[in-house]
Amino acid sequence: MSMLDRIVGSRRGTEGNGHLVVEAGLITDATQLASGRPTPWQTVQTARNIARPHALDIIGRVFEQFQELHGDRSFRDDPAIIGGIAQLEGRPVIVVGQQKGSSTEENIVRNFGMPYPEGYRKAMRLYRLAQKFHLPLVTLVDTPGAYPGPEAEERGQAEAIASSIQLMTRLAVPVVVVVLGEGGSGGALALGVGDVVLALENATYSVISPEGCAAILWRSASEAERAAVAMKLAGPDLLETGVADALIREPAGGAHTDHDATAAAIKSALVAQLDRLSRVPVADLLSLRYERFRSFGMFVEPDGGAAPAPAQPWWRRILKNPLEKGGL
Amino acid sequence: MRLRNPFGRKTKEFPSHLWTQCPSCGEMLFNKQLERNHRVCQKCGHHFKLGALERIDLLADAKSFSETDADIVSSDPLGFVDSKPYPERIAAAQAKSGHKDAVLTGDAQIAGIPVALAVMDFEFMGGSMGSVVGEKLTRTAERAYADRKPLVIVSASGGARMQEGTIALMQLAKTVAAVARLDEAAIPFISVLTDPTTGGVLASFASLGDIVLAEPGALIGFSGARVTSETIGEKLPKGFQRSEFLLEHGFVDQVVPRTQLKERIAFFLNAFRVAGQDLRWSL
Ligand SMILES: [Zn+2]
Repeated sequence: MSMLDRIVGSRRGTEGNGHLVVEAGLITDATQLASGRPTPWQTVQTARNIARPHALDIIGRVFEQFQELHGDRSFRDDPAIIGGIAQLEGRPVIVVGQQKGSSTEENIVRNFGMPYPEGYRKAMRLYRLAQKFHLPLVTLVDTPGAYPGPEAEERGQAEAIASSIQLMTRLAVPVVVVVLGEGGSGGALALGVGDVVLALENATYSVISPEGCAAILWRSASEAERAAVAMKLAGPDLLETGVADALIREPAGGAHTDHDATAAAIKSALVAQLDRLSRVPVADLLSLRYERFRSFGMFVEPDGGAAPAPAQPWWRRILKNPLEKGGL
Repeated sequence: MRLRNPFGRKTKEFPSHLWTQCPSCGEMLFNKQLERNHRVCQKCGHHFKLGALERIDLLADAKSFSETDADIVSSDPLGFVDSKPYPERIAAAQAKSGHKDAVLTGDAQIAGIPVALAVMDFEFMGGSMGSVVGEKLTRTAERAYADRKPLVIVSASGGARMQEGTIALMQLAKTVAAVARLDEAAIPFISVLTDPTTGGVLASFASLGDIVLAEPGALIGFSGARVTSETIGEKLPKGFQRSEFLLEHGFVDQVVPRTQLKERIAFFLNAFRVAGQDLRWSL
């Protein structure tokens, strides 16, 4: 298969990401979900369940020989982000994830999975390590959001997130993102830019917490349930908007009822995706990763908008231009 | 705050369409003179918010600005309804601000240097970034990339637009990916932070300029001060999340008074030129 065929043949059209390897257990269409879905608010609760498998629970079951690496080489080691080198079916990969606690004590240590800037800087150090040694990157997203405290502001929370996003947009290795639980805003996106983005069936991904949204738009945090519906943060919505390329099926009753089965589903998905991505030339990965995130947006533009279209690389000219349809 | 006025009369003698009180020093300022001074208090130097058109007047050479992508308007990706449906909020903001969304973009010259220019307007739904803002900023960065000319973005934003949900969040990655290409191609990007620049805008392209400038006294931060204050359960120190705080902590290069902004931007763009090549950046 020529490179051209591969790209055109794999191109995400209106239906999801062309890179995606669809295999058993992956849900790419909301109709494949069991009927009687939980409400968005119930999904928020499930995603936050303290018994849910967190990053280290998953890493221990999916990868072999995980060696954790610590510190951002500048300020300290942030326990809310963990990362290191592990093997996935014998192949070395870099894994980075947000780490919530499974008990109150652990949550205090882990800051409830809310990273400080140094956490993102540790993540970036590991991203660069992946690129330097040509190792695929797997990130595990699970955070209520980046920590909003004054020390985080002093140390540049916004800059750390922005830089982390920027680094991921052009990291020259395959990147697979798995949203395990809560995908809380920019603090999640700092680990969320990949070639394929997967989410567990009951994970959420949102621009702000439902409570925060309710407090601002309804002026009452008790409207969080309504906000959760309006914000379209649950699995079926993520598929519809393309924020997630596919959902990973959870055991009946939710991931917290069976960590082993959840991890097994994640593992088979990761193996399939990385197997595929590792055969795509890096330049194509980067172009399509750009295009994947470039295409998000819903707007209306009268035909023949005033602006000349920006110069397009060859692969974009031959592909369907997402702007023609006004985005997704 | 103590009210001072030059005639020793009461405030009702200063109708608001003619006079504005400076929130910083209390001086009553004659509106026409305030506009002439680019909305900077003549007495204490307080910087009032500046609309996108006035900002373009300030930075772009006379008649050099040509707007691009002027007709892109929002759709309602989520069918979002809070106390009002999202399309009604958009319509109200359009009527109030006279703009179609929270950013104006185009080509311009700054002291003779051709640039791709984007200016956000806080008046439009708090300058929030949804699909339209994200798309226009991305196209502006892509135009800078295609034409090999510098990008200047002036931010004024409360962050991502909640009414567009996760699609709004994805605009962070979209705009960052676009400015990352300029970074790789060594095409200058100057980011100007004005009052206020917070949340998802600061956590994306606005923090990534080759040069990051801030106007004096602007509110600049990741989290809303209220959230931060509630998180630690105490009041925040004076000056927290202001331009000077960011300068002190190393996240902006300079705090530049508005009246010097244009010449300062021109200085940096000239310095980044490819040697011996007029009006050319990168290869
Ligand atoms: Zn004043």
